[in-house]
Formats: sequence, structure tokens, C-alpha cells
Amino acid sequence: MLELKNISYSVKDETTGRKQDILKDVNLTFEDKSISVITGPNGSGKSTLIKIIMGFDRPTAGKVLFDGEDITELGITDRARRGFTIAFQQPVRFKGITVKKLLELACGKKLGIDEMCDCLSSVGLCARNYIDRAVDGTLSGGELKRIELAVAMAKGGDVFLLDEPEAGIDLWSFEDLVKIFDKLRDKTVIIVSHQQRILETADKIILLDHDTVTSADKKDDLFALLTRRPSLCWREVKES
Amino acid sequence: MDKTDSELLETIADLHGIPEGSFNIRKNGKLLARNSTADIEIVPKKDKDGIDIIVKAGVKNKSVHIPVLLTVGDFQDTVYNDFFIGENADVTIIAGCGIHNETCGNAEHNGLHTFYLAKNAKVKYVEKHFASGDGTGKKVFDPITKIYLKENACFVMEATQLGGVTYTNRKTYATLGKKSQLIVKEKILTDHEEQALTDFKVTLKGKGSRADIVSRSVAKGRSVQKFASDLIGKNECFGHVECDGILLDGARIVSTPKIDAVSPEASLVHEAAVGKIAGEQLLKLMSLGLTEQEAEDAVIKGFLN
Repeated sequence: MLELKNISYSVKDETTGRKQDILKDVNLTFEDKSISVITGPNGSGKSTLIKIIMGFDRPTAGKVLFDGEDITELGITDRARRGFTIAFQQPVRFKGITVKKLLELACGKKLGIDEMCDCLSSVGLCARNYIDRAVDGTLSGGELKRIELAVAMAKGGDVFLLDEPEAGIDLWSFEDLVKIFDKLRDKTVIIVSHQQRILETADKIILLDHDTVTSADKKDDLFALLTRRPSLCWREVKES
Repeated sequence: MDKTDSELLETIADLHGIPEGSFNIRKNGKLLARNSTADIEIVPKKDKDGIDIIVKAGVKNKSVHIPVLLTVGDFQDTVYNDFFIGENADVTIIAGCGIHNETCGNAEHNGLHTFYLAKNAKVKYVEKHFASGDGTGKKVFDPITKIYLKENACFVMEATQLGGVTYTNRKTYATLGKKSQLIVKEKILTDHEEQALTDFKVTLKGKGSRADIVSRSVAKGRSVQKFASDLIGKNECFGHVECDGILLDGARIVSTPKIDAVSPEASLVHEAAVGKIAGEQLLKLMSLGLTEQEAEDAVIKGFLN
């Protein structure tokens, strides 16, 4: 179980010099074997929350507990080795590092073609066409995003943090993406998303709006609230 | 050949002992072994140190190894090698040089290589430079490579400097004929107080000629690298130069581009990017369980892959 206790995060506004709160006294619990979706308007601190969980940023106040242990001061590498796995919202590009190499770094071992096929076919890519390609600008945004997810799956772990996994992969059927979440049913999965189809797969929905966190264990209640008042966050409904 | 020779040969030319086919192995200014074949003839020069490598027209899928070893200090080795590649030939030339210097005297190798490619000829030229040894003597390479491409010829150059080289000043000149192609992939790693200077001057003379030069460098410690390129488009042609550098510690990289479209039909591009390893690259790899140092090594290894 992952717990966030009284998490606050603030930055200094560069123009005014004043302290700006991104997260204020956030308390959340993520159960084992559950999928939680964090949603909310742009700039509400969703990605910051993910970064704090992965150890990219330290909270200005509060604690992160994993199975009861305080891991607030634990670095990224240690968290990764403890089973924390992240898929970035915007995949990182590497000149010269191939898809194969990145998958191998994620697994911590050499991979055969069959294993790489398994990794890449789960995100709808054919291994033969990709393993020797560099993870750089020669790949499209959608391809990079799929590879990002494949690398996260290849790494494995107990806590999966997926930051807007659907972004940029419009042509890929949502059902394939949902199948990936199904494979993670026995893990703690935290997804940042605005998409209705992804919200539907959640066991729990968290609405983050600046310093207000609305979390409903009965996700249907929040789902109904969001459908009624899409302006709360819901990009897709808002646009339609 | 002793153990040091074997290790150097393996590093610079992927050779495990004496190769098959045509080869010329030079050690400390003297011939160590040579084999000339009917397809690829190796003829020693009479007026100066060096060899002529003559590849007959139409010879395909053959390779020639011409590695050089330098294992003594206080020694300067200058060699003039000329390559004559016949029409429609398609060959690989492996020309590495390894210096092992444990003395306080300088060890220097200067290879002056000139390539003449006839119509439709194709060459893959692989050149690896490497130096080792704890002596205070410098380990220096000052190679000059001249390339002349006739119609439809193609020259692919993979130049790699793996490390340990105190000082290098590399000059590459090329003149491209009609529809000919020059592809250069240069990789340089420097550390400590090392210095590496590279200079390309490419004249795209023939209509439809193309040049693509990509230089990737990693500078560590207090090393300095200077990259200069001069692309001259004298006809309807395409030229692209890319210089990417990763800086670590207190190192410095200077990139000086020059593109000169003499012909209004010339299309010339120069790209250069120098900087530290992007923070997000380290974060991504650390989030896969690598330490910061392992992440840095993985980025550099991939970059110089």
C-alpha cells in the first residue's frame, strides 16, 4: 500500500518571487491491486504528484509511505529497485540508444528476439521493425509513447505510474491500452488521465484541483459528478 | 607479435592474429606482415614510406586490413598510403592505429591517406585510433585523409577515436564528382587534458553529389575538442554537417561551421549542439534502476555507439 500523508509542494514564482503552492496537504491512499486514475485541470499538480511518488521531486512537507515504510528521502534509483516504475508523459529521446538497449536496461539483462516481441507486441509494435532503431526524433510521437509503455512493462514492478498514457497514440485503439491496464490488475497502478475510457477502468478516481483533492472510493459517485460537471476537469467532455 | 600487439590489433581492427586476404601490418615504422592478392594488390612505395593499395575493377565483397602499431616512445612514424579503387569495385578498408607508450618520449603516428575512387566504386573505410600506456610521453595522431570521388562513387568513412590519445589533429579533404556520395561518421572521446582537432573540407563539385558528415563527441575531464567544417557547394548538390557534443566535468567543445553555396542550386545544412547530458535522460534511466553514474555511462555509450 502506498500512502501520501500531508504532502505539500511549493515553488518560488520566478517573476514575483512569491511562494506558489502546487500541492497543499494532500492525503491519499493507493491500495495494492488497484487502479487509481488522477484527473483534474491543467496545472492542478497531477504530474507533480507522480514525480513526488517516483522521487524526482521532494515534497516541501509531508511523507510518502510504502507498505508502512517512510520512503520520502529515498532516491529515484532506490525507488525503481523497490518496484516503482514510471512511464513519462513526454518520452525522453536518446541519440544512439536503441529500442533493444532501452528494453535491456529496463529488464537488467540481455533479451532474445522472442522476449522483445512480447514487450513490443503488447503496445502494438512489431519488434523486427523497431529493436535496432534509436529512441530519438526519427520515431514519431506515438511510436515513442508506445515504446515508453513497453519499457515500463519490461521493467516490471509493484507500483506503476503512468502519466497520460493515452497522449499521442490516438490511432491506437483504446482497447489495446486498456488491455495493458488489465495486465497490471495485480499491481498498484496510478494513472494520470483525462479520458473517459480510462476513468471507466479505474477502481478509484481522484480529482485534483489545486489545493482541493476529491477522492471517492465509490468511483461511480465521482464519475457521475464529473459527467455532470465536466468543467471540473474533463477535457474530452468539455470539448464535445 | 607480443601480447600488447595482439591486444592493440583486436581493439583497432577487430583482428585476432593475422587476417586472411590482403593486409599490411606495420609496427614501429617497419613491416610486420604483408599479403598481396590478385584482387587487392599492395605495393610498397619506392620514394617514401608507405604503400599503394590497388583494388582491381569489379572486385566486390573483399576487405583489406592495414593496421599500424606503435609501442615505443620517442618515435614519429609518418606513412603515405595511396588507394586506387577500380570501377564498380566494392571493398572495405580497415585502417586502425594503436599506440602503446609507457615511456616519457612522445609516440606519434601520421597517416597520410589518399583515396582515388573510379566511376561507381564503393569503399567503406573504417579507421580506429586508440592509445594506452602510462608513460608521460604524448600519444599523438595527425592523420590527413584526401578523398577524390569520380561519377557515382560512394565513400563511407567511420572514424573512431576511442580514448587515450593525448593530441590529434585530423584533416579530411574531399572532392565529389557527379552523383557521388560521401558519408562520414566520426566519434571522438577525450578525457583528462587531451585535445582533439578535426577539420573537414568538402567540395561538392559534381551535379547531384551528396555529403553527409556526422560527428559525435564526448569530452570529459579538462579535455578540449575543436570541430571545424567547410562545405562548398559548386553545383546542384546536397550537403549536411552535424556536430553533436556531450560535455562532462570541465571539458570544452568548439564547433565552427562554414557552408558556402557557390552555386545557387546547392543545398547545404549545418547543425550543431553541444551541452551536458540532458537531465531528463538521466532521470529516465535512473527510473529504470540505474545509478546516476550508470545512467551517464549508458547515455555516452549509446551516443558513441
